[in-house]
This record gives sequence, structure tokens and C-alpha cells, in this order.
Amino acid sequence: MTGFDLIATHLPVLTVVIPLIAGFLTPIVGWIDRRLPWYWVMLATLVILLITLSNLATVITTDTIHYKLGGWNPPFGIEYVIDLLNGFVCLIIAFIGFMVAIYSKESVKKEVPGKTTQFYTVFLLLITGLMGMTITGDIFNFYVFLEISSLTAYALIAMGDRGDGVVASFNYLIMGTVAASFILLGIGYLYAVTGTLNMADMHNLLPDIYENKVVLAALAFFMAGFSIKVGLFPLHAWLPDAYTHAPSTASALIAGLMTKVGVYAMVRFMFSVFTPAFVIDVNMTEILTWAAALAIIVGSVFAIAQSDIKRMLAYSSISQIGYILLGFGLVNVIGITGGLLHIMNHAFMKCALFLVAGAVFYKTDIRNIYQFQGLGKKMPITTTVFLIAALSMIGVPGTVGFTSKWYLALGSIEADQWIFVAVILVSSLLNIVYFWRIFDNIWFGHPHEIENIKRDEAPLTMLIPMVILAILCVFFGFFSGYPIEQIFEPLATTLLGGVP
Amino acid sequence: MSRIQESVIIRTVVRIMVPFIELFALYVIIHGAGGPGGGFQGGVIFGAAIILYAMIYGIAEGKKRVSDALDRILASTGLTIYAGTGLLCILFGGMFLQYGAVPLIPDDPAKVSKYLIDLVEIGIGTTVAAVMISLFFDVSPPESEEGELPDYEGAD
Repeated sequence: MTGFDLIATHLPVLTVVIPLIAGFLTPIVGWIDRRLPWYWVMLATLVILLITLSNLATVITTDTIHYKLGGWNPPFGIEYVIDLLNGFVCLIIAFIGFMVAIYSKESVKKEVPGKTTQFYTVFLLLITGLMGMTITGDIFNFYVFLEISSLTAYALIAMGDRGDGVVASFNYLIMGTVAASFILLGIGYLYAVTGTLNMADMHNLLPDIYENKVVLAALAFFMAGFSIKVGLFPLHAWLPDAYTHAPSTASALIAGLMTKVGVYAMVRFMFSVFTPAFVIDVNMTEILTWAAALAIIVGSVFAIAQSDIKRMLAYSSISQIGYILLGFGLVNVIGITGGLLHIMNHAFMKCALFLVAGAVFYKTDIRNIYQFQGLGKKMPITTTVFLIAALSMIGVPGTVGFTSKWYLALGSIEADQWIFVAVILVSSLLNIVYFWRIFDNIWFGHPHEIENIKRDEAPLTMLIPMVILAILCVFFGFFSGYPIEQIFEPLATTLLGGVP
Repeated sequence: MSRIQESVIIRTVVRIMVPFIELFALYVIIHGAGGPGGGFQGGVIFGAAIILYAMIYGIAEGKKRVSDALDRILASTGLTIYAGTGLLCILFGGMFLQYGAVPLIPDDPAKVSKYLIDLVEIGIGTTVAAVMISLFFDVSPPESEEGELPDYEGAD
């Protein structure tokens, strides 16, 4: 028996425990030497990445993993469950976390001077919270991790632009608390009528009492709460400020992950706690698709009006979240496959774009896109990454964005909702409009002294993660067959569970 | 922050009371497993004792007893004790936090559970106390020499 066999059964819980312990040891590491926390965070996130990879591999080759905390049997004890859905989301969290950790070195030094140790502590705790939310099979445990991830996100945002960051964080705190209260109320209602907190157990008990109004109220509370958390269109007001004023590193992490985990939670509650048939029956999916379609258009239109690059990316996020939810709202296999694929794609693309925005800010202190003239000559690699990620966001063939938009459009056609095909097309055109302004400034803008611009590229620690993300955007644009066949399509079929 | 309290009565009473409050805090923490109380409550009481001391004798004097660095280290160690106990269970072949798996006392896993839960409570108590104290120090303005209003601009 090797050492790995000994630890193998405990890998699910270690995905949460390792960032937790590492997070709390960061102050001590930082107290020993101020430069150490960066290496420490890289090490911790790398270990988590390897663990989540191994978890997902186990799920694909064998079956769902169950882990009983404290040896208590479910439904009485807390259970961690890893199936294809959260195994894949965990991998995304760990991967983006690792990339952002590598990137963070110089950026954090510049944007949160003197607080690097605190920043990295909160950084790891945010990853703990997101991992916990994703991996748990117990809805109250889910709520606890939701609070951990929310509180750490408020703290990260408040470390940003002096003054504005605090206000943005406070707005987010108010909205986030309202959302968390809704979710807690929903959990309380379900606990009251079923007497269990285990998701799988609840899934079995609920169908008998679907005519109960309390169950309906619980579903409404969950959907309202998660809609605030993911920033679905009419409830998005907190999002642009929070993304704009957070430190660049935190923006990339929060934009890449927070809303994805929110979407994951929404899907988990819709399909694995309630049943798809019930959610369709009460028209929740239809409401969701229309809200999502609205978000797609409105987010893109607002993005055109922005001159701050981070703010523009934030509005673009609102529109992209719309795409993901549209896929799930269609409730057919192709649509859900597209939605799942877009979770992955959007994590890569948006993270890369925010990292580029951070790198440009690091070198030039510029965030206004009309001052980007000549940047293509000054920072060629960074701007190329931006080009690739932006093309992917538009959905140019050969990038990941195209594949997921293709699936979403096919899903809409299959659901006989041609209007959503039109929405996707119009939004892609709007994407071209708002990204073109930036391309225009970066490569075709002619400042008076363009000859004098020297090449002044971002540091290597920033370039490596950005380039990796850009390569992945293209790689999965050509080779998305394997993940789609192995993960997304079987997953979509299981999620729907017999519903045509 | 007002000036350092100069009343002899208050200074003396606080000096006598602080050890007893701390003792009570330890009592509450240790009885967390078997009775009312626990790590959080005990930690808050322990933190309150230090805060009381700092309010009467001044922030500078309080920081001499519990420095910022010590605070930070205590907050970290507390949670490391908690998570470490969980990992200890994994090491002995149990699930995370399955206390009974640790062969501390042979043939009596229930008793092992009790002692390990106490250990976890001590960890929680340490962290809560440290965080309470650091919250108090963080919101208190730096003290000036002769009780003048402190310079808020320099506060951060």
C-alpha cells in the first residue's frame, strides 16, 4: 500500500481543508518573511489543482465519490459528494485560482502595498469557500461556505481603490446579505417540510409534497437569492462597481469564479434538489430564459457605453452570465451542454481579460480605453492575449466562445425558441462593437509620438498565466470534443434525468 | 479613547478581576463538549478580559501584554489546531473529524471523542479570543501623549 492509497479516499475533504489550513497559516508564513506568502499560495493552489484533477479523473473512470465527514452516515451527517458537475467546477476553481496566484506577485505588491499577507490569507479563504460550496452535499453546509466566500469577497474588494473600493464592497455586502438571507430562508423552509438537510435525501422526499406552497416559496427564494449572487440582469447593480474597484488580481478571481459558482449552485438546486420536471412545471425555466435573454442584450449595450476597461468587462460579464443561464433555462441536452461549456469558457476568457487589464494598469496606470493608443507596440504579448480572449468572447470560429455559442444556438432551435438565436446573434454583434473600440485604440490609434514608444512588457509572472489562458481559449476552440463527450453531454443527460 | 483611567478603585478592581475572568473563560471552553458553553463563548470572555484591561490601563499597556504579532499568530494557531485535529483522524485511518478513530485510549472511542472535541474547542477559543482582541485594537485610535485628540489622518 503506497502513501497515495492511504490518502486517496480523503481527497474530497482535502480540497477544502488544504486551502483552509494554508489560509490560516499564511499570517505566520508572512510573519517569518514578507516575500514568502506568494510562494506559499502558489504551492497551496497547485496542490489543490492536482487533487481536483485526481478527483475528476476518479469520477470519470469509476463513479460518484461520497465522503462522510466524521464518519456519520448521511442523511444525519454532512456528506461531500463529487459527481461530474462539481468535479468539473472544482477543477475550474482550482485552475483559475492557480493562474491568478502566479499572476498576483507584482500586481498585489503595487495595488495593495503593505497588505500582501492579509490579501493572500483572504485569497485562500475565498478559494476554501468556493470549493466548499461546490463540493458539499448538505444544504446547510452549503450556506456556511456561501457566507465564507461572500465575506472574503467583500474583504478583497474593499482592499481596492481607496474609498471607492470600500463603497463598492459595502453595496455588495448589502446585496449579498439580502441574497444570503433569501437562500437561508429557502433552506429553512425545505428543512421544515422535509426534515432533512442532505441534498440527495431531499431530492427523494420532495416529489411527494410538490403541491405544498412552502416548497414553491422555497424555490422562489432560492432563485431570487442566486439571481442576486450571479448578477442576473435586473439584480446586477452591485456587480459593475465591485469588479471595477477591486484590486486587479481580486477582480480576475472574483469575475472568473464567484458568479460561476453561483450558477453552479443555481443548477444544483434546480436539478438535483428539486426535479427538472417540477421546475419546468412552475415555469421557472421560462422566466429564467427570458431574464437571461434580457441580460445578454442589456449587458452588451451597457458595456458599449463604458470607458473604463474593467467596468466594461464587468458589464460584459453580466451578458455572459446571461448566456450560461440561457443554456440551462432551455432544459434540453444541447442547451445545457452549451451552458456547461460556457461556464468553462467564460472562466478562461474573462479571467484572461481582467488579467490583461491588470497588467496594463500595472505598467501604465491607465484604465481608460481611449488612452490605450500605441499599446500594441508597447506591450505586444499582453495585447495579443487580449485580442485572443476578446475574439473568443465575440465567438469567432476557432476559439472556445464559438463552440459554446454554437451549442446555445442549436439548443434554442431545438427548443423552438428562434428568438433566442436572434438574441445570441445580436449580442455577438454588440460584442464586436465594444471590443472594436479597444482594438482600434491599441493597434490603429496614432498618437503623435508613436515612434518613440519603447517596448515595455509586463513581468514574466504576469505573462505566463495570461498566455496559458489564451492558449487554452484556442486549444479548446479546436479540441472541445473530448470534454464535451466525456463530461458535458453525459452530465447534461443525467441532470435532466429522463426529461426529454 | 478617553484618557487612561486614573481612579485607584477601578484600576485595583480590574487588576484583581482579570485573572478570574480568564479562569472563567477557560472553564467555559473546557466544558464546551459536555455542557453549555464552548469555544466561541469562552473565547469571547477571554478576549473581553484583555479588552477590559486595555480600556483601563490604556491601549499601549494592553498591546504590551498582547502584541499585534502575538495576536496574529494566536488567531492562526487556533484554527490550525482545529483543522489539525481533523487531519489527525485521517492519519489514523478515520474520516475527517472522526474522533473515535484515534487510538488515544484503547477500547473507549467515546472518551477519545470527548477529549478531542475539547482540543477543537480550545482551538476555536484561541482564535476567537485573538480576533476579538485584534478587532478592539483595530478600531481604537492611536493614543496621544497628554490625552489630546489623536491625529486621525495618521491613524492608518
